[in-house]
Amino acid sequence: MSGKQAILGRIREALAHPSHPEVRTLAGNGERDVEKARAFMPPGGETVEERLQNFARLSEVLKVELVLVPDLEAAKESLNAMREVEGWTRIASHHHDLSDRLVTGLQPDLLWTDDQPGIDALERCEVGISVCEALIAQTGSILVTGKGCGGRALSVLPPHHVVLATRDQLLPDLYAGYEHLRKTYGDSLPSFISFITGASRTGDIERILVLGAHGPKRLTVVLIG
Amino acid sequence: MNKKTHSDELLVIKVRHPALHFLTSLLMTTPLSKFKSDTTESTVDVDHRLWMQAALHGYEDKRGGVETTFGDFEEAKKTAAAIKWEAIENLGTLLESFSDKLESRGTKVCWASNGKEAVDYILQVCRDHGTQKIIKSKCMTTEEIHLNPALQAEGMEVVESDLGEFIVQLREEEPFHFVFPAMHLKRDKISAIFEEKLGTEPSSDPEELTMIARNLMRRKYCEADIGISGANFGVADTGMISITENEGNARLTTSLPKVHIAVMGIEKVIPNMEDLSVLLPLLGTAGAGQWMTAYNSMIGGPRQPGEVDGPEEFHVVLVDNHRTRLLADPEQRDALRCIRCGACLNVCPIFKNIGGHSYGTTYQGPIGSVITPHLRGLQSYKHLSYSSSLCGACTDTCPVKIDLHHHLLRNRRDAVREKGGRMERFCFRQFAQVMSHPKLYRGSEGLMRLGAKLWSPLEGKKADPLKAWTSTRTLPSPAPKSFHRQWREQRGGDS
Repeated sequence: MSGKQAILGRIREALAHPSHPEVRTLAGNGERDVEKARAFMPPGGETVEERLQNFARLSEVLKVELVLVPDLEAAKESLNAMREVEGWTRIASHHHDLSDRLVTGLQPDLLWTDDQPGIDALERCEVGISVCEALIAQTGSILVTGKGCGGRALSVLPPHHVVLATRDQLLPDLYAGYEHLRKTYGDSLPSFISFITGASRTGDIERILVLGAHGPKRLTVVLIG
Repeated sequence: MNKKTHSDELLVIKVRHPALHFLTSLLMTTPLSKFKSDTTESTVDVDHRLWMQAALHGYEDKRGGVETTFGDFEEAKKTAAAIKWEAIENLGTLLESFSDKLESRGTKVCWASNGKEAVDYILQVCRDHGTQKIIKSKCMTTEEIHLNPALQAEGMEVVESDLGEFIVQLREEEPFHFVFPAMHLKRDKISAIFEEKLGTEPSSDPEELTMIARNLMRRKYCEADIGISGANFGVADTGMISITENEGNARLTTSLPKVHIAVMGIEKVIPNMEDLSVLLPLLGTAGAGQWMTAYNSMIGGPRQPGEVDGPEEFHVVLVDNHRTRLLADPEQRDALRCIRCGACLNVCPIFKNIGGHSYGTTYQGPIGSVITPHLRGLQSYKHLSYSSSLCGACTDTCPVKIDLHHHLLRNRRDAVREKGGRMERFCFRQFAQVMSHPKLYRGSEGLMRLGAKLWSPLEGKKADPLKAWTSTRTLPSPAPKSFHRQWREQRGGDS
């Protein structure tokens, strides 16, 4: 008998005895309506303005640098300014309509993850610039996937992650984020999906917050529109 | 005093089980005797207790602030409880769909009935790849099945990448708290262990200390042959594991090495991806007081066609290891809903005073006291059910509404029912008689006062029959007049 059959058999046997009514009433009396539960969670915002406000407020708490720019031209200028101030010499990104337009030309020599440059080359980059699937106003999160945002490593290996996003990508809450994923990818979801909420952090030493535990020390969102 | 408690315990065992006594006298330790000596040791260190309590209060305070941002935190908890409840009641179906989905995208799924099967499978995968170096991100299930020693015994290097786990790994000790493994250590101790084991300069700056680990670990991620992680949830309908973390170490562990193995308990499965929209914020809020933990990542397979990176191989090891035994208990199976947020530890007056190491279990605190007897044997771990003030703070704080403190009572009852002493049963029968007959009760009051008078010269002496109690506590003397009598005297008899 395989391990699978053995475990499933034990589960069937165990569940043959229905749960004790007292425990059921004490502990299992909620309703599993996740859509309805959106109202119980922190609010995301009805309008785009409200969402932006929430996202901006949370970004501040989470120490995410939010750069609001009116258009692509301004976004390009702000990336150029960052490159100057931080002295980026090695920049990694990936091909996508938005990144192609903004990142190309930032540096004569760019590392594109689409070319599969390998871990060591990516590790030497000072910054990873990627697009995102969506922004979540409710939690201040950035939704990325391995398929749509340059792979698994681009947004976590370089010490600075810059996210390029447009205003219409601001979704109210996590629930809307999952809806968006289903709509975009249907049955073939990417093998990697992540909600990034702030830069990498730890409080493992005396509960003192330190940014950049293993992932990026800095997280910047350039929001266009 | 320490030693006395120790030998008292062995004496009791000697009377009942000569064979067991022989074994324990060789080892000089049982879970109970170890618990007694460890708690005696940990509770005398008042400074450490205060420090620990301040830290745990910090988490509670932060949580309080975040709770208020919810539309309705109590209702959110109810929904979370309902999600996990449904998952547990449909565990078989959900696990099958979870595993089928994973396999359809090239993941290898192992169903391990116990720790040994899980360890054997992982060892085999490692051998097949000629593995020398392994990077791990935090996973309590691997602690439960003692994976690291097994890998190290085959000459493989295993590095824990979570900062807290890395620190306790260097110190060769167990995690103190299953969410905050190194919360018991002040920076000087951390600096000292880094200096000793890594040869780094001493530092009193948490940021500098963190960067030591960061720089070391960067090399480890790139060199590792295999990455091993846990899973906080297993999403049945999309066939994905979900990992919650702050540091990014789990993302690196699961992204860079060529092979990724995820180890998860069978109870982690949930029905739908959308369920995470409730569970993830609650997990972050309940344990650490965060809106959301920094990285909540889902992994649904090895690198897929059209993707630029990710492991070539992905294994998911589903571990039963007596979870089905807990599932078979119709009264306590709701304990399988636990999402390991650690909130019940943070509020527990026992945990706050004895600390995590005293439990001697993989899972500490109230949830550990509830489930360990099921996972490792009721009789060996029943003492944990008594290390509770039954205040119910754990039940109140639990984001998935597990009936924790009542389960401790149920474990006590089951332990006695299974193997209660004859004397204990006799005493309780007498007690019940007295308590249900007012005349008997009133009569016994006089007897008690007389008993107390006769006993008082023996207090604290060798011959004191109540020594077990009085060695650490004062026995209150009975009131000269009962409430009943005072009432009658003051109200002139209209009782």
